[in-house]
Amino acid sequence: MGRQLLLEHINVPGIDTFSVYRGKGGYSSVEKALKTMTPDAVTEEVKKSGLRGRGGAGFPAGMKWSFLDRKSNKPRYLVCNADESEPGTFKDRYLMEKIPHILIEGMITSSFALGANTSYIYVRGEYMYIIRILEKAIQEAYANGFLGKNILGTDYSLDLYVHPGGGAYICGEETALLESLEGKRGNPRLKPPFPAVAGLYASPTVVNNVETIAAVCSIVNMGGDEYAKIGIGKSTGTKLISASGHINKPGVYEIELGLPVEEFIYSDQYCGGIWKGRKLKAVVAGGSSVPILPADLILKTVKGESRVMTYESLADGGFVSGTMLGSGGFIVYDETACIVRNLWTFTRFYHHESCGQCSPCREGTGWMEKVLHRIEHGHGHMSDIDLLVDVAKKIEGNTICPLGDAAAWPVASAIRHFRDEFEYHINNPEKVKNPKHFELEPVLV
Amino acid sequence: MEFSSEALALAKRIIARYPEGKQKSALLPLLHLAQSEFGGWLSTETMDYVASLLSIKPVEVYEVATFYTMFNLKPVGNCLIEVCRTGPCWLRGADDIVEHFEKKLGISEGETTADGMFTLKTVECLGSCGTAPMLQCGAEFYENLTNEKVDELIVKLKAAGKKSSYMKDQRVMN
Repeated sequence: MGRQLLLEHINVPGIDTFSVYRGKGGYSSVEKALKTMTPDAVTEEVKKSGLRGRGGAGFPAGMKWSFLDRKSNKPRYLVCNADESEPGTFKDRYLMEKIPHILIEGMITSSFALGANTSYIYVRGEYMYIIRILEKAIQEAYANGFLGKNILGTDYSLDLYVHPGGGAYICGEETALLESLEGKRGNPRLKPPFPAVAGLYASPTVVNNVETIAAVCSIVNMGGDEYAKIGIGKSTGTKLISASGHINKPGVYEIELGLPVEEFIYSDQYCGGIWKGRKLKAVVAGGSSVPILPADLILKTVKGESRVMTYESLADGGFVSGTMLGSGGFIVYDETACIVRNLWTFTRFYHHESCGQCSPCREGTGWMEKVLHRIEHGHGHMSDIDLLVDVAKKIEGNTICPLGDAAAWPVASAIRHFRDEFEYHINNPEKVKNPKHFELEPVLV
Repeated sequence: MEFSSEALALAKRIIARYPEGKQKSALLPLLHLAQSEFGGWLSTETMDYVASLLSIKPVEVYEVATFYTMFNLKPVGNCLIEVCRTGPCWLRGADDIVEHFEKKLGISEGETTADGMFTLKTVECLGSCGTAPMLQCGAEFYENLTNEKVDELIVKLKAAGKKSSYMKDQRVMN
């Protein structure tokens, strides 16, 4: 097991309480930042750390912070994106449930760096019990002088609130999240202006993922340079991976970036191999939006190099033979999994979650869902395969926000790597009418 | 139609979390509160009441309530059973769980039992893929489901009767 920066104390009894968390060195980044550093110095450490946004896009966090308009005389806001909804991703829930104070600590240190005096944590509404856990942690932080006026006797003050969403994947897109936080429908905004200039209430705003903000605690404590020593190249630090699907040990694992993919899947420290002694068929490495890869391509690149868990290695080969680290939602498929049915559930998801603002996404996701439904249920035509490719192509790049791309990529990649399986469905309509067709008779194509 | 004095005090505390003049930000939390106070769903009357609390137009509430999945615009059963059906849950047998519920409750997905006790719904990813298959009922997540666990849950919810109302449970803020 590599270094554990976020989950080190996860199994300590009572770590969800202020006193136990504090006893384990919690809130030291707040003390260090507020008492010995300037806000710009904190931002500098985050820049040096090479930390990249952990929500899925992987944009350098320090650079995002440096874009914040510090000259305007409007209030500045830090908003934490806890609208975790990407299928395959459940790391933020795990972190907030087990060790909520690490997020509160990160919010205080980060808000100080950004000069925000009011900050919000936007949590997806379905995580109701998480909201209660966070509210309790916030109350404890207030009671112990880490929130409110003149924190630790300094002249820095911060109010922190939790805001519940209403059940909408699109609100994970940062401008849709801000619309939602303003009490509106979650329709993404046209950019520019970016939130760094005109975000919440048209004021300068930074939106960061839960894990990104939690990582700031270790970065301030150990220094950006030390943090950057973990990992490989531009993939620095540790990353939470949500592992699900046909594996022996589903769960959330903190890895040092650079861990070989093969080790992650087969080592007993992580996924523990494929369940029921079956064979690996495919992996979706970074949440439902990223391209699915067959077993040979997830383990090795086309050049024959072992793939490792970094932003760069997973992307090696582009979308022709590679994928993305994304949110770290690692979904594993064994030999009995039907790629078509899986894709149909994903497309149904995107159709349900499209905000409806852009026609290519609103209409295209629905068309893809319908065509996939008919292929999966034994009513497909051979021309449907190219029709899907065509619709996906026309969605990609033609929408205001990345939901369109997120809906198109899984379709394009599934057909690219598993075209035979789509053809099998069309050629064997009677067989595929049984929803468990491949579980009864695995077809490795 | 009016909140209880306790709920009204809570609503005022929630509104105070947002800057002056930005009270509309409290709309989602207030809709959750209203749904939990007024029978588990949002009638037009309920939405109009929320609009009046925030000094915004009723249409500003309607357009939001119709956008977000968690707001029920029609009455639902006392226990809303929401089974996740997206990829990772499907891989671990979500379809079987839905089928088992349908058999046990004698209703199809999307329907409510005649006694008004259960509504069965399938929903998209609830962020619990590592403990699939799973469902949400009220604020609770029920994970690593099997048919036996479903049977136990139905018995438990029936025994709790009306008191188990998910609606009060749905109050997300305190």
